[in-house]
Amino acid sequence: MAFLSIKNVAIKGISACVPAYVEENLEIADVPSMDIDKLIKTTGVERRHVATPGICTSDMCFAAAEKLLEELNWNKDEIEGLIMVTQSPDYLVPATSPSLQHRLGLSQNCFTIDISLGCSGYIYGLSTLASYMQSGMIKKALLCVGDVSSVSCSKQDKSTYPLFGDAGTVTALEYCEGDEGMKFHLSSDGSGYKAIMIPDGGHRNRFSESSLQEHVIDQGISRNNIELWLDGMDVFSFGISKAPETVNQLLNKFAIDKDSVDHFYFHQANLMMNERIRKKLQLPENKVPYSLKNFGNTSSASIPLTMVTESAGELKNGQASIIACGFGVGLSWATMQCTTTNLVIPDLIYYG
Amino acid sequence: MNIEKFVSEFADQFDDLDTSAFTPETLFKENDEWSSMTALSVIAMVDDSYAVRLTGDDIRNSKTIQQIYDIVLAKSN
Repeated sequence: MAFLSIKNVAIKGISACVPAYVEENLEIADVPSMDIDKLIKTTGVERRHVATPGICTSDMCFAAAEKLLEELNWNKDEIEGLIMVTQSPDYLVPATSPSLQHRLGLSQNCFTIDISLGCSGYIYGLSTLASYMQSGMIKKALLCVGDVSSVSCSKQDKSTYPLFGDAGTVTALEYCEGDEGMKFHLSSDGSGYKAIMIPDGGHRNRFSESSLQEHVIDQGISRNNIELWLDGMDVFSFGISKAPETVNQLLNKFAIDKDSVDHFYFHQANLMMNERIRKKLQLPENKVPYSLKNFGNTSSASIPLTMVTESAGELKNGQASIIACGFGVGLSWATMQCTTTNLVIPDLIYYG
Repeated sequence: MNIEKFVSEFADQFDDLDTSAFTPETLFKENDEWSSMTALSVIAMVDDSYAVRLTGDDIRNSKTIQQIYDIVLAKSN
């Protein structure tokens, strides 16, 4: 059982940035209208902010970091760590985090790491960065998390294209002596690695002419091998079983009273899956906010984006006990609990 | 577990179709309503009632309700 309790590190602020360009799911031409109504009802996604050509995850994280540092009133020279969690990096090589460190004008006295995780990535990123900071030698650091998943979805794939939106987020962590810190439960099951994947373009299957060949999977689902493949049934079955389980494991391990938690932020997979998870855990609707309707599934960014768009008011004013749970691609899943105090949350930023 | 109850629970996942004639041998994909959404409802029902995780392949490789029932039975033991 991979549990962690990391003391003396606290979240100080969160910012999020989405592409300005909005795509309305009702206006998607390739899916018959009856289908699209049903699809919107099941997925809960009405519209998505999608990256126009040229917009990368790191661009949105850059904008989000600039705004957050300004509102936190943090000096750039004080930032000694930057982690980038994304599965849509700028390049295959090199990693994105060093160039973001440079672009932001952070000092060279700053460690940088890329982490390749999606839906569970925010929790893994928090656990990694907090672990680096808990000894107290690094006081301030940034966690940049996001994806431009829409870029990799086939427009002829009704199982992915209407679902995914894009976003970049930044979370600021600070060493705070005496803070109760963060508690984690972390899990993986690589036997399900094919459930969500882009098969070609890495080193197992290098990009070749055949990568561009269309595969017709089903009615309304065709894609090539450099696009996202998703086995909706496998992922659904996994999510409704593992997400409630990991939340319960964290609650039990650390004897946290479920009723004492103010907000539960789940990865925004789709409404049908998220509602099953909420009901299995018997959580009231008002404690489980969704950003799905206006932003879709934003991969690793979905948890911080939901915090910024759906409950900034509560998180900015006073204390809140929160649980965040990510689950998906890998397969990988994780849960975190912490108490936030007067977070700095700039208004949502629109890019491009 | 019993098959009559399972067939009735399975039939409940259809909204519009007349499922009164459903039997264990019913070819559940051979109708106008079956879709990927119905499949998700069946997966959710099985998770709820039997605490069993059906995979995409379990659904794809099955034709009759009996076949799904047998998979659930095998996985719950």
